[in-house]
Amino acid sequence: MSGYRLSKDGSAVDRSETIGFTVDGRQYFGFKGDSLASALMANGVTIVGRSFKYHRPRGLFAAGNEEPNALFTVVRSRSREPNIRATDIDIFEGLAVESQNRWPSLNFDLMAVNQLAGKALAAGFYYKTFMGPVIGPLKGTRFWMFCEHFIRRAAGLGRAGTQPDKSRYERMNAFCDELVVGGGAAGVAKALAAAQTGKRVILCEQSANALSEKRREKLQNAGVVVLNRTTVWGWYDGNVLAAVERVTDHTPRANIDLPRHRYWIIRADHVALCTGAYERPIVFPGNDRPGVMLASAAASYGENYGCIPGRKIALFTNNDSAYAVAAKLKKLGAHLVAVIDVRTQVGEKPEALAARAGTKIWAGHAVIKTDGNRRLRSVNVARMHDKTNTPTGASEQIACDTLLVSGGWSPVVHLASQKGAKPFWDEALQAFRAPMVGGGWSIHGAAAGDMDFGDGLAKEPAPVLQVNHPGKAFVDFQHDVTADDVRLAHREGFMSVEQLKRYTTLGMATDQGKTSNVPGLSIMADALGKPIPDVGTTRFRAPFTAVSIGSIASERFGDLLPERLTPMHENHVQLGARMYEAGLWMRPESYNQPGETVEQAYVREARAVRTQVGMVDVSTLGKIDIQGPDCAELLNRVYTNGFAKLPVGKARYGLMLREDGFAMDDGTTWRLGENHFLMTTTTANAGPVMQHLEKMLAVHWSDLRVHLTSVTDHWAGIAIAGPRSRDVLASCVNGTAVDNGALPFMGIVQGDIDGVPVMICRLSFSGELAFEVYCGAHHGETMWDALVKAGQPWGITPYGLEALGTLRIEKGHVTGAEIDGRTTARDLHLNWMLSTKKPFVGSAMMDREGLIDENRWTLVGVKSINGSKLQGGSHLVSSDNPADPGRSLGHLTAVCYSSEMKNYIALALLENGKSHIGKRLFTTDPVRTGSHLPVEIVSHHMIDPDGTRMHV
Amino acid sequence: MARYSSLAILRNALTGNRHWEPAWRKANPKPGYDVIIVGGGGHGLATAYYLAKEHGITNVAVVEKGWLGSGNIGRNTTIVRSNYLLRANTPFYEHSMKLWEGLSHELNYNVMFSQRSIINLFHTPAQEDDHARRGNSMLLQGVDARFVRPPELKRRMPGLNVDGPSRFPVLGGLEQPRAGTARHDAVAWGYARAADQRGVDIIENCEVTGFIRDGDQIVGVDTSRGRIHARKIGVAVAGSTSHVLKTAGINALPIESHVLQAFVSESLKPCLNCVVTFGGGHLYVSQSDKGSLVFGGDIDGYNSYAQRGNLPVVEDVMSELVELFPAFAKVRLLRSWGGIMDMSMDGSPIITTGPLPGMYLNTGWCYGGFKATPASGWCFAHTIAKDEPHPFNSAYSLERFYRGYVIDEKGQGATPWKH
Amino acid sequence: MRINCPHCGLRDLAEFTYHGDAEHAKKRPEPALKNSGDWNSWVYDRSNIAGQHRELWQHTGGCRSFMIVTRDTVSHVINNIEKISP
Repeated sequence: MSGYRLSKDGSAVDRSETIGFTVDGRQYFGFKGDSLASALMANGVTIVGRSFKYHRPRGLFAAGNEEPNALFTVVRSRSREPNIRATDIDIFEGLAVESQNRWPSLNFDLMAVNQLAGKALAAGFYYKTFMGPVIGPLKGTRFWMFCEHFIRRAAGLGRAGTQPDKSRYERMNAFCDELVVGGGAAGVAKALAAAQTGKRVILCEQSANALSEKRREKLQNAGVVVLNRTTVWGWYDGNVLAAVERVTDHTPRANIDLPRHRYWIIRADHVALCTGAYERPIVFPGNDRPGVMLASAAASYGENYGCIPGRKIALFTNNDSAYAVAAKLKKLGAHLVAVIDVRTQVGEKPEALAARAGTKIWAGHAVIKTDGNRRLRSVNVARMHDKTNTPTGASEQIACDTLLVSGGWSPVVHLASQKGAKPFWDEALQAFRAPMVGGGWSIHGAAAGDMDFGDGLAKEPAPVLQVNHPGKAFVDFQHDVTADDVRLAHREGFMSVEQLKRYTTLGMATDQGKTSNVPGLSIMADALGKPIPDVGTTRFRAPFTAVSIGSIASERFGDLLPERLTPMHENHVQLGARMYEAGLWMRPESYNQPGETVEQAYVREARAVRTQVGMVDVSTLGKIDIQGPDCAELLNRVYTNGFAKLPVGKARYGLMLREDGFAMDDGTTWRLGENHFLMTTTTANAGPVMQHLEKMLAVHWSDLRVHLTSVTDHWAGIAIAGPRSRDVLASCVNGTAVDNGALPFMGIVQGDIDGVPVMICRLSFSGELAFEVYCGAHHGETMWDALVKAGQPWGITPYGLEALGTLRIEKGHVTGAEIDGRTTARDLHLNWMLSTKKPFVGSAMMDREGLIDENRWTLVGVKSINGSKLQGGSHLVSSDNPADPGRSLGHLTAVCYSSEMKNYIALALLENGKSHIGKRLFTTDPVRTGSHLPVEIVSHHMIDPDGTRMHV
Repeated sequence: MARYSSLAILRNALTGNRHWEPAWRKANPKPGYDVIIVGGGGHGLATAYYLAKEHGITNVAVVEKGWLGSGNIGRNTTIVRSNYLLRANTPFYEHSMKLWEGLSHELNYNVMFSQRSIINLFHTPAQEDDHARRGNSMLLQGVDARFVRPPELKRRMPGLNVDGPSRFPVLGGLEQPRAGTARHDAVAWGYARAADQRGVDIIENCEVTGFIRDGDQIVGVDTSRGRIHARKIGVAVAGSTSHVLKTAGINALPIESHVLQAFVSESLKPCLNCVVTFGGGHLYVSQSDKGSLVFGGDIDGYNSYAQRGNLPVVEDVMSELVELFPAFAKVRLLRSWGGIMDMSMDGSPIITTGPLPGMYLNTGWCYGGFKATPASGWCFAHTIAKDEPHPFNSAYSLERFYRGYVIDEKGQGATPWKH
Repeated sequence: MRINCPHCGLRDLAEFTYHGDAEHAKKRPEPALKNSGDWNSWVYDRSNIAGQHRELWQHTGGCRSFMIVTRDTVSHVINNIEKISP
């Protein structure tokens, strides 16, 4: 037991309230305001984690989010949050955490046998072995995958849960004149100054207690929006910053009114980075023994939590700031035994501080060895000149249970680097700083390299960040990257900073190299014999610290995309329709009667259309209202067929191509007035067609006087199809006749049904006598009910998408399954629609060699020969042998059972389709059903090729 | 140079790892070579290796502007698969798969190719038919494929949202069992080391600034390290293709450069043992050997050379990940980055002779350059050595666009940001 | 990224749709020219500029108007935004 709680002090803790929490099921107590780290320190816990590769025991190293060792999984009911730093967890009554990456326990980890293989597990060893034999059962990738199985289990940190996270996450959009990142002295001053000039200011502070209550009040009184426990993690283009606020992680039970995390998107006119600096360590042999800690961290534990890491404390430094720590700790009541300083000359002020701390200075010395089992017991020091990294001479042992290390300070330039400011090396500070590039931001305080902490001490360190002496010296604690690994990378030619990082995994652990980056570079620079800036620094990328994935999903977590419902949605549900997703829309698949399968239902529905009358919701079709003197000209240019001469009150089927000459979309367009059209598109292409027209008008044809409005959601549409459809309409439509004279094929009339104004166009997708009836979306339900009622005498049958598909397959009408972005008008036998009298979009490119090749896949009909069910997605082959099907000649695009033809039929795209008409091929579906069936290739017009039915 | 093996590791461990040699020589440019490959990424290094190995052409230089492997080979989501639909693509990617299967042995470098399979989930009956169509296409061309149903998916991916309420209920998946992941950086290093051993000069920090012409013929390059001559110059510089070719006077190509973001989570114990993709959007996710979830989605969708993206795509990708795996909401995003994709006009690559005499071009890999690395190098080497494409890459010409023989897996036409 | 729509003001990237190189778009060949080299290169070839790129954006989540944005494709910094039509 080494760490302990002082009898007083600790500005963050409330000693009147004792909090109970568990680690791996064992009960501990702390005070309200403790972090898990401080509470463990107060309880004398020394081992708080196991390293990634060697499973070495590790102790607390830092007090903030640069902590590499103390990672725990927070467990709440059945949901798990892995890899949370003990320094970031505020304890609360009932908090339960599990330690990680150990078996069976933190104190006794069998996986630590990995250490025995030490040198063999050096950087890059994976690449050199585990390749296995070239013959036999473990040839190929088998041997590696066998080894990988065990390697993966040994690697990895915490265990993620499998039960859904029940937490709620929230998004906040914010705008401000000034965003201040960091609530230290610089940040508070900056925020107050900005607020005084009337600016809207937001200040984000990541920690729980850096801002005292008093300061927070002062800021809030000045009008500053203060976001505590909020980390600004990303800086995106246009001064859009992303932050996460940890709202309820520090409370026992999530208040249902509050989210777990709140994702802030902050658009700031100006950003003031007041992000401070990280103290970094000096790398020396044995530096990972529990009890070795950053000097500033110990001060922080003492001042904030009233905890001290040990009974006999030594310090090891290359700069003055450790002396201030020594004095502070002494004042708090700690016992200090030595300050080991690599510098041969120590200034007067630090000397005075050391004297005040009652400790000896070992000037011109370095730590070369540590001892102790689960806890530091002693360190060995030897002489080292501060211009080299190599100690010489005999060593002396100093007994201590804690060694506080300071290797100087690195400004936190991560966000500036994300913004695009490439860090430059400041030789005096021995650190990277951010240059001012671009506008809209500034950097202040320690983040800007201003290391005046008000103690009058020089913060410029001696340029010694490593002690070059035999023994395991860790650079990256979490990933177990040693100084020797860095030197090995150099030896093998991985010399640029990025290669070093990738080869050794230095800086790629959950702390992202916050404390290891500069020492690692220093060792590489030493090996290269070049200055540090020649090794370079990596680009910092979002997020600054790890951020919950759920928070970024925020309100879309559990609600990924909206469901689009047609105006008649409730009617379908009431009729017992099976609803399913079709491009964001929920649509009826079929209206199953009790005991009916989907196939039985759609066959019944399709038969009703062919023999009597059916009705289907077509509201999802894209609808574009086109108005203006030049709208006929616009249509004439975008459609392959002529629209200029379409009379008012008539509709026409049209086909559009892309600029590259391939088919894009089809639909009918209705001329409602001389300068007024209503275009319909396929459901899937409603958006793309609208954008296509808008772009053509805006960019290429700005001379055309046309206005476009998307009216997809404004109209409810119902198609009435079947031989009795006219009777149904005649019985319920007022204000217009619907007979052949008044409403010929492709004619349009207006009237009303049950008082609802409707527009009716006589057109047919099913091939039967059919009408599409449109009304205002709000009247959709009324219209549907009215048509159901009016159709009762003829047994009107609502039909779903499956029946709709069946009817169009029988008729050979194409949809998105055939207009798939790869087919041409000719492939689909729509060449009759390609006007030769005018140019149109795609006309210049549609006759290229590859688009008229006779081996292209073209549309055909397919009939089962033996009455077996055909499978969508099957391919067509010529071989009757399922074991040797030969090459694919094409594929089925849509399949159904046709009651009209008493057979299973399909549409297909088939290589040189015409040449196969009347011949036998086989459909094959090896991946799904394994079926291999004889079929006859027929014309895609499988019923009523002359169209007599729809023209009655 | 010493072979890598477990024995070598032991031997070196006993001598303090002091005797390992550089993985490849830091070569200085010679005045001339038979072939110069511009671009020291995966494709360029693989090309140099196969030129030496398959065609005996060893007087080869690979010139790289920055550090070796600094492009997309070092910034991708490491997925290897050959589950294509179209006949022009399948044989090429399947050839790549076969090269992958023997790659660690061939290079004497463990590229950690883990054939843990890829599963493309589908969520509607129409998507199921589409996936059947692709799976059938694969099987008919000799590529492995199978359908996986929800009970098996649930067993293999315990956190997958199969039972819970979902906007996109999982109906099943199309699996390619031989697909998987590999250690991306190791592919560059392995090819570099193997090419170096066969005599190829790998020249880093050597930026091409121009092309030397003799009449119409390209006969060398000007670089930041001097002029280098060669009879043949292969260009494999994903993300910089337009820039490099402009120095040769080619001002327009059927590609656009776009930024693709990728993401890794903090390290976790094994929780996902295959690559899985979401059919309700665009998401692919796997878990690295180190334990991080590695995932990505769409490109940002605007021209970019910035290697950084923006929040809309970040939000889409995170939302889709937690839609599939609701427990991962509590997993934390550790790092994101951006890579520059040369998006071609039909979504398929270009490996061709030309566009100038003496020049050979390898570009247009869109999202999928990593998995293609071995076959891309193999075919590009063939194209350079023989002055004509191999049947595997004969469809990947530049003329295909103009003649109308586009290879458009997504059916999006000449809108590169939609592929 | 944020784009300052000339009609609506500064809005988030998510409200906009990209439509590619504006200078290139302007050069659409004569529709009556059939299957020519001009059409081939207009449909397929792009200059793919690294640097100041004039490009078309549409405010699809707002007023739906088109604009020409001059943006540095290397830094993503937007330098200018013009209305494309009145």
